[in-house]
Amino acid sequence: MSISYLPGKEPHPKETRRIYKNIFREGWDTSINCYLADGGYSELRKALSMEPKAVTDEVKKSGLRGRGGAGFPTGVKWTFIPPNNTKPVYLICNCDESEPGTYKDRYIVHQDPHQLIEGMIISCFAVGAHLGYIYMREEFPIAAEIMEKALQEARANNFLGKNILGSGFDLDIHVHRGAGAYICGEETSLINSLEGVRPYPRIKPPFFPAAIGLYGCPTIVNNVESLCQVKHVIQMGGEEFSKVGAQRSPGTRIIGVSGDVKRPGLYEIASGSITFGELLFDLCGGPKEGHEFKAVIPGGSSSKVMRTDVKYSVKNPDGTNGSISFFDIPLDLDSIAQHGSMAGSGAVIVMDDTRSMPWALNNLNHFYAHESCGQCTPCREGCPWMLKLTTRMLEGKASPKDVDLLLQVANQIEGKTVCAFGEAAAWPTQAMVLKFKDEFLALTDSFNDKLPHSTEAKEQRRYFTR
Amino acid sequence: MSEETSKLPKDIAAAEGKVNVQINGTWYQFPRGMRIIDACKSVGVHVPTFCYHPKLAIAGSCRMCLVEQGMPPRLAPGQAPSYDAQGYQHIQWMPRPIIACANTVCENMGIKTNSPLAEEVRAGVLEFLLANHPLDCPICDQAGECKLQEFSNDYGKLKGRYTESKTKKGKNLSVGPNINLDQERCVLCGRCIRFMRDIAKDPVLSFSQRGTHNAVTIYPGRELDHPYSMNVVDLCPVGALTSKDFRFKMRVWFLKETKSIDVNCGTGTNITIWSREEQVYRLTPRQNDEVNSCWMPDEHRLNYRFINSPQRIPQPVIRTDINAPHRASTWEPSFSALAEAIKRVPADQIAIIASGRMTNEELYMTRLLAEQIGTKHVDIVSRVKESDGMLISADRNPNTTGAQVILGLENPGSQLEMIRDGVQRGKIKAILCLGEDLTSPEAGFKAQDFENLNYLFVMDHTASDTARAADLVLPGVSFAEKFGTMINVTGRIQRLNKAIEPIGYAKDDWTILQSITKALGSNSPAMNAVSSMDILSLIGQEYAALENINWGRVGDCGLQVLETGVTIPLIEQEKNPQG
Repeated sequence: MSISYLPGKEPHPKETRRIYKNIFREGWDTSINCYLADGGYSELRKALSMEPKAVTDEVKKSGLRGRGGAGFPTGVKWTFIPPNNTKPVYLICNCDESEPGTYKDRYIVHQDPHQLIEGMIISCFAVGAHLGYIYMREEFPIAAEIMEKALQEARANNFLGKNILGSGFDLDIHVHRGAGAYICGEETSLINSLEGVRPYPRIKPPFFPAAIGLYGCPTIVNNVESLCQVKHVIQMGGEEFSKVGAQRSPGTRIIGVSGDVKRPGLYEIASGSITFGELLFDLCGGPKEGHEFKAVIPGGSSSKVMRTDVKYSVKNPDGTNGSISFFDIPLDLDSIAQHGSMAGSGAVIVMDDTRSMPWALNNLNHFYAHESCGQCTPCREGCPWMLKLTTRMLEGKASPKDVDLLLQVANQIEGKTVCAFGEAAAWPTQAMVLKFKDEFLALTDSFNDKLPHSTEAKEQRRYFTR
Repeated sequence: MSEETSKLPKDIAAAEGKVNVQINGTWYQFPRGMRIIDACKSVGVHVPTFCYHPKLAIAGSCRMCLVEQGMPPRLAPGQAPSYDAQGYQHIQWMPRPIIACANTVCENMGIKTNSPLAEEVRAGVLEFLLANHPLDCPICDQAGECKLQEFSNDYGKLKGRYTESKTKKGKNLSVGPNINLDQERCVLCGRCIRFMRDIAKDPVLSFSQRGTHNAVTIYPGRELDHPYSMNVVDLCPVGALTSKDFRFKMRVWFLKETKSIDVNCGTGTNITIWSREEQVYRLTPRQNDEVNSCWMPDEHRLNYRFINSPQRIPQPVIRTDINAPHRASTWEPSFSALAEAIKRVPADQIAIIASGRMTNEELYMTRLLAEQIGTKHVDIVSRVKESDGMLISADRNPNTTGAQVILGLENPGSQLEMIRDGVQRGKIKAILCLGEDLTSPEAGFKAQDFENLNYLFVMDHTASDTARAADLVLPGVSFAEKFGTMINVTGRIQRLNKAIEPIGYAKDDWTILQSITKALGSNSPAMNAVSSMDILSLIGQEYAALENINWGRVGDCGLQVLETGVTIPLIEQEKNPQG
């Protein structure tokens, strides 16, 4: 059966469409009949005929790594549920896709809800959960409606509810909508939000969700894409799944490119099968006319920015040290991590030579200062501080010392916070300042060194003259 | 081989359920599961904290207690662990600090609180906390007992680098009848929120807003009016929550701290009296896990103003003619006048109404006085109301148990009815009223009852209707002006300490009783006592229940001497959180 796509939405030949098989497909809609006609829910039947332990083993064997950003092996996460657990187990689908630059899950929940539901049912079956939640960000109102309808259809077809397809397995899934906070993407604060309390991330230890999660019970929190991948793991078998893509991060990855390229958009590729050069020049059509690439943020706004004009050192197969250009780095988790950034959620933000890095950082700092939950001190006080410093740089009121201070403040946040937000907020600053220091210094004036910047001080220095 | 490995420190510790932990280079043994912060504290290593409080749930949000931590390196498959000469494994230090409040100790763990990393992290957290903290110290009540001040001094950077404008929040907000809130000074530790949620069970406080605008907020339309609300003032490490009662009254570094107990009910809450120049400025709870944990009811905390009130009786007053007003007297003539008066009335027509608010020593002297007079009509006024289910005991007398033991009263307050009846029918002609107002509802006397009396003697610290009707009033002292012991409802003997000198010419109650008894011709050994400690030792010789008791043995936290079977609800709840 050949699949045709809507005009202008055809996949690039270098893509491997798996999760995104049905996105912008000709004649595709979100109804269950459409999904069933395409052979949907057959993996569910297959999984239900297996032992839950065998499903987990398949996922472990597949080497599937979480697609939310941290890249933790999904199957291993599932085995963290205490073996002698007597409490109910919950599975939560993290659809709080709020990392700036990331928009891959959005298309799944809008266009292919049943794929997610099927993946969730299989995952719930594997971990023994009888209640699942889809935590959907506030900004997805239509997706919530689509998901609700899809869940209704699934219930009507006995894919959800009591004794699913005669297997004796009971499960229900509910959609829970957030209230619009970036921090709710952090799994423990997502759980707090779901419980109805203030979404502060919990301290780990002791609150590892797999042991003490939702309502104090073991809880597995997985990303939308990860749960969809589970369906394909069952379809292909773990062994087969692990053969496609990079050895240590197999399967396909959805890369969401935004910024200064000719064709930004979502591209599903086999992990590691292409390089940044192929992605940016072949798939995305290269830089805009008359411009050059300057920097790339490879995995959502929290990952460290990478310069496109420097050499990255690698170990050659023969053991000698070599170097490659940015465009030769393959797109997989480990390669990007090796070169000092992270693949994160696969959101590639491209900036060309028209972009000012201090401006870009200021923009990001605005986001982090606004979204910091305020629970722990370094992040609560540090993020606004970084914002105020970069704002002052853009206004031309900063001194060269402030650039160093900015970096020190970022270092003071990293690794001292309750959750990973601290790192997420500190990394962009660290990378930007270290890699584009000249741009920051160019905005400063050493005369400003002598001027304090508080409102009171500004008031006092009205009488100063140069 | 097995013999050799069994001698390793880890096995020795494991046999006792303990683990070996290295703190700042020295190895210690701690029980398994102990928090790092408690372990450090137990060996005298100070870890600064804001959000951690031993009686509250762990929040882990202030990040002040970050310490450097290390564990033995993870072994490669098949690799055997190696031990140094003392039998400990090499510690691999982690690059990331951990919080000492939420993490527990484990075998062969290393903790550094004084390493460059730990010091840098602490200084960093303090710099962040100070970034938006207002420079209110000169006008802030907390100055001098502010954790932020102390830690900045001990661990902070010399110079701030924050030159931006500060976040503006609410200042001087009245959140309850006794409490003011300053959101700018708040370090957002959340102790007050956790206290109100978990201990007071009245979750009216919460955080609102997000990020740097986070602020402690009261539920709209509610007030922080829980009977225990003022404990949040003690809990607040900074000057965000301040007591309206104490606001702007006195700098804390001028105040003298005296350990004492609360005398408003039978619980005997341990307190600290804060005084300066014979004036009491505030009372705060003192930790005693067997009596009051760390808390105190507001009602009792605020009941100290009578100590320095103008209603205090400053000197002996006497009335020589029935219709004449009281006139000032001096001590010696008063004692002889009283002795004369007592001798004129037959012993069985004299009643002594003592008080459950007296110390054991005073009660002992009361007993000697009654024996010297030869009367059997001795009782106290009982005050039984309802317990609040937390710390306020049903018995509002602080020393009913002491009265039972010392005066030998089986059922305190049961004779009072008979005495009252005796007065009305003319069978009782003289009353020695010690520390009570007989016209109070608990005692139940009417003003006209006193007309039947030939003689009414009152010993009290404050003027009352009974004192107004008395023939002789001798001024005693309040709880803040005396040494003594009381036995609480659970049977725990506890000490009161003298915080201030007696007001005016007032005298310690036990010395007044001693002088009266002496004037009546007693030669008991107690007549030679020079302090209430001497009396306590005499009590220790006389009573089996209080055998060998003395001032030193009682100690600051008291001594369980009796098993009354009465419990303090809040302490029971703390000991069995589930039950």
